Amino acid sequence: MSQIIKVGMADLNICVSPDGITTLGLGSCVGIAVRDPVTKIGGLAHIMLPDSSEIKNNSNIPKFADTGIEELIKQIVAKGASRQRLVAKIAGGAQMFAFQSNNNAMRVGDRNVQATLKKLKEMNIPVLAQDTGDSYGRTVIFYPENGNFIIRAVGKPEKTI
Amino acid sequence: MGDMSLDNLSSQYFDVLKELGNIGAGNATTALAQMIGTKVDMSVPQVRLLDFKDVGDMMGGAEQIMAGIYLAVEGDIDGSIMFLLGKQAARHLVDKLMGTGAKPEDQEFDEVEMSALKEVGNIITGSYLNSLSMMTNLKLVPSVPYVAIDMAAAILSVPAIQFGMMGDKILLIETQFFDELKLSGYFILLPDMDGYKKILSSLGMGDIDI
Repeated sequence: MSQIIKVGMADLNICVSPDGITTLGLGSCVGIAVRDPVTKIGGLAHIMLPDSSEIKNNSNIPKFADTGIEELIKQIVAKGASRQRLVAKIAGGAQMFAFQSNNNAMRVGDRNVQATLKKLKEMNIPVLAQDTGDSYGRTVIFYPENGNFIIRAVGKPEKTI
Repeated sequence: MGDMSLDNLSSQYFDVLKELGNIGAGNATTALAQMIGTKVDMSVPQVRLLDFKDVGDMMGGAEQIMAGIYLAVEGDIDGSIMFLLGKQAARHLVDKLMGTGAKPEDQEFDEVEMSALKEVGNIITGSYLNSLSMMTNLKLVPSVPYVAIDMAAAILSVPAIQFGMMGDKILLIETQFFDELKLSGYFILLPDMDGYKKILSSLGMGDIDI
């Protein structure tokens, strides 16, 4: 029997096929799914903020795109995945309220997406697909077996990227 | 200035914030009753300091569909306030306010109803802020309301991220209103860290170091 592992807000975990991994109701946060297609080991991070170096109180590793992605990769590789074969898919980073503001705090969804892409590029992990931005929440389920990243939103058909 | 975080808030300060929550929610309930023209009772608000990981399990689950009304706050304190309620509760209040009679609980809100919902949030958060302003003598000016109807966790990501800049917990005030139905509403007050200091020191909590 395969199971679905749950990841909370500012949290990350890894899983091995046939298990899947999920996080519910991503808003402005970003979900980063990574896998090794050969060993079918993968993981999911649910980050809240772009950059740990901007925040004084930054001991919570999975909370930030930079430290969260590093830790996710570390754990996936420690489980036996090949660092070179890793690929990623990302979702989330919505702006939940139509707030017209230059306030950085309100644009955090977009900044989370940019920081995530930057970090993955730095680490040479290709981003195969993304479903980001807009103004609605997303529940995501990731299967390291085939790399399917399933996205559910309120009042919208389910999609797989 | 010490480590500015809500995570290690002393129980004394927590009690003060709790009391502010009580009084604010009480005023909001009165405003709600006046708005819909019926008697509304309120339970004693629950004030909770939650880990982010547990946020999704509040309010009947991360995927529970909620209406969130969000206002930015300026003046003596920079921050924001959010009022959340279940979609069914929102439907009930909007129907009452519009005087259209009860519609099916799952019916989507049209444009006029969305405006009505914003107004509900405006009045409730406005009376909440008023009581806070009167107690602290701080000037608090709310923006126009913004509304989102979506999964609880997705809406809560907005205040959670703002709390996330200061620490690893979120301060949530849960109030239950009763008219014919039991309606759960949640307030999230988000002053920046300086704002917490200003609120507490204006209440005579001295020169604090949270």
